[in-house]
Amino acid sequence: MTKTKTGLLAATALMLAAPAFADFAPTRPVEFIVASGAGGGTDNFARTIQAVLTRDEIVERPIVVLNKGGGSGAEAFLYARQNEGDPHKLVFGTNNVYLLPHVAKLAYTVEDLQPVAALALDEFLVWVKADSPYQNVMDLVNAAKEAPGTIPFGGSQSKDTDETLVALIEQTTGADFKYVPFNGGGEVGVQLAGGHVAANVNNPNENAGQWQAGAIRPLCVFAPQRMAESEPVSGDMGWHDIPTCKEQGLEIESYQMPRTVWLPAGTEPEVLAYYQAAMQKVAESQDWKDYLAKTSQSASFLTGNELAEFIKTSEANAVKVFEAEGWTAQ
Amino acid sequence: MGNFDLLMHGFGIAITPMHLMLMVGGVMMGLIVGVLPGLGAPNGVSLLIPLTFALDPTSAIILLSSMYWGALFGGSTTSILFNIPGEPSSVATTFDGYPLARSGQSTRALTLAFMSAGFGALLGVIVITLLAGWASNFALKFGAPEYFAVYFLAFAAFIGMGSAAPMKTLVSLAAGLLLASVGMDSVTGSIRLTFGFEDLLGGISFLVVVIGLFGIGELLSTVQEGLRFRGVASKIDLRDVFKTIAELPRYWATYIRSGLIGIWMGITPGGPTAASFMSYGIARSSSRKGVPFGTGRPEGIVAPETADHSAGSCAMLPMLALGVPSSATAAVMMGGLMIWGLTPGPMLFATQPDFVWGLIASMYVSNLIGVILVLATVPMFAALLRIPFTIIGPMIVAICFVGAYTVSNATFDLWLVLLFGLVGYLFSRLDYPLAPLVLAMVLGHKAENAFHQSMVLSDGSLGIFFANPLVSSIMIVGIALLVLPKLMQHGSRLWRRAPVE
Repeated sequence: MTKTKTGLLAATALMLAAPAFADFAPTRPVEFIVASGAGGGTDNFARTIQAVLTRDEIVERPIVVLNKGGGSGAEAFLYARQNEGDPHKLVFGTNNVYLLPHVAKLAYTVEDLQPVAALALDEFLVWVKADSPYQNVMDLVNAAKEAPGTIPFGGSQSKDTDETLVALIEQTTGADFKYVPFNGGGEVGVQLAGGHVAANVNNPNENAGQWQAGAIRPLCVFAPQRMAESEPVSGDMGWHDIPTCKEQGLEIESYQMPRTVWLPAGTEPEVLAYYQAAMQKVAESQDWKDYLAKTSQSASFLTGNELAEFIKTSEANAVKVFEAEGWTAQ
Repeated sequence: MGNFDLLMHGFGIAITPMHLMLMVGGVMMGLIVGVLPGLGAPNGVSLLIPLTFALDPTSAIILLSSMYWGALFGGSTTSILFNIPGEPSSVATTFDGYPLARSGQSTRALTLAFMSAGFGALLGVIVITLLAGWASNFALKFGAPEYFAVYFLAFAAFIGMGSAAPMKTLVSLAAGLLLASVGMDSVTGSIRLTFGFEDLLGGISFLVVVIGLFGIGELLSTVQEGLRFRGVASKIDLRDVFKTIAELPRYWATYIRSGLIGIWMGITPGGPTAASFMSYGIARSSSRKGVPFGTGRPEGIVAPETADHSAGSCAMLPMLALGVPSSATAAVMMGGLMIWGLTPGPMLFATQPDFVWGLIASMYVSNLIGVILVLATVPMFAALLRIPFTIIGPMIVAICFVGAYTVSNATFDLWLVLLFGLVGYLFSRLDYPLAPLVLAMVLGHKAENAFHQSMVLSDGSLGIFFANPLVSSIMIVGIALLVLPKLMQHGSRLWRRAPVE
């Protein structure tokens, strides 16, 4: 009788004492697989997290960052599939994890990875050259309606986030742009400043330098509300002074790119809990807040059901655009 | 305030005990990273980035850029001694550096390379100092058609003057272009030539191919020739270093020409690798007498090294002023810049003068440190060639495979090294030139993208390549470089024949 009681007590005590994430801790160095080349937005995202995790000793094993940016990041996701059930590998990407398989025939599906967390949302803006005649986004759209297929719209990569957004604008308004894909956001920014394309949809930090110099200016942001208050960037204008596209009459409520962290499928639930807790600590750190402010991204920490819900909506919206454009790979 | 005052202010920031220590440390680490093939400057610099969060941005960029300079110096060492390029941009150095080292003059070859590198870097920094504002405005004029014209020019400069059989050059070039198109195409997003191999999705890494073609291929040839390097008997003498330095002024024309090519390619987005090839090609065509290129001619080392380093330093300018990196390492440093909270762009020079001018001043100092350090290592590295082949041979194999693996940590790449080792061996046995293949791999994909983008912009009209004075003049120079040497050959043959008839 007393024996059972003691046993029960001990069991309850154990269960209470052990927080969920303490059940797992890495026993080997942790690999961060980055789905972009060195120096890209995803690379900075992963390396900032690496720095916070290491410096604050949240993960007590060494962290190794590996860039596998081939095939628009598909290389990294295939690597996750090849390492099914490995608790020492984290994959860093954007929405490309779940969107790529829709537009290209690849040997992985989104089921080969499990989402851990989304830590930030990168905004999209419409930018034009400073001396361009377009004062708001509808001017640009109307110009493209009057002369279909002549206004060059730059973006990075093909059938990726930028081209999807341009296609979404076209489908919403009936305008017709000439989309020109380049290799990365920085390159598109310079092409716009040099007047080789008429507009682009870069993320804030890809164009901030040229805006600061007054070579280009933003028309509107694809977010439900204006961006967070900031110091003036160009003249007396700050990020919060940029109107939303909806305010200007373009009926696209929001278009944002999440920065996401994934595990290979088939790991134990404790592993997921461990990394979720670690990412939560990153998101609460001052270094992380500084990173978001410096790169003008919006804070947004999502895990579990919230994250699953976000992915579901974001995927459904994008697939609608893909289908209308005839991009779906089958 | 003039640029000169700003530079002096920069020296005040750069020359502190702490920064000098960072420079020496950075250059040393870079040398090691550069000597090991595969573990190139981009990898080395990205490994250091998390460590720099504890430093202020100026110290951080000084550390990273010093490492870059060190890696550029180190990359030439293995090119010359073992025919294994440590960095993509030192491929062209193998063409004459390796034969010269094999003929017993490894000290001379290394000294030539390092001195030229130092001179090129100095030239590049001077241009940045004087022309910062103008050069970044010039770079803005480059759209897709201009990019294509620059790549075309690099191709033309190198290929038009080749001495190998034209058909063999064509085969080698086509093979390179094919290899460059493997993987996902960024303009259409379609996957090409992977034959269902998932490992090929990211394309075939240029460095892996080069390690196989040059390193393993050369080793196989050596084995066939009797298991030893020919440079064994070379004597090592520090006096050789000074003797070589004394002969440098003889190559002044090559220095100036190569320096200018490097500056041009560093500011426009050609990059150091293209610069070194182009400079080598032009040096070869403008040489008159003496031993032929490819057999250990000093100009064949001076030209690519000078251009490589002046392009490497000038590449910092578009990175800082436009946010466009023209080399892989610059891309990584730019990532660092953003993490440190600095926005690359035209305003960086105005808003962060301490950072920008501290960096520029540090480029003078750390390149000087680099030259001194590498010259001190010359006898040591040259002594490596005295080690019997039975010991050094297996070590080279190990270095090649480790190097190829570190490129992207993929075991598949090890098979590629073996395969391309065989290809390299066959190519050299059958007298097919390797250089066009390498050049096509470096520039093929970029040239294709730029061409495709131009075609999208112009709705398919080739007229876009002659649409403004800038692009048409580059195209015309390119076509001239491609066609004129052959025409002149025919012309002189007719000329010589005329009196006989």
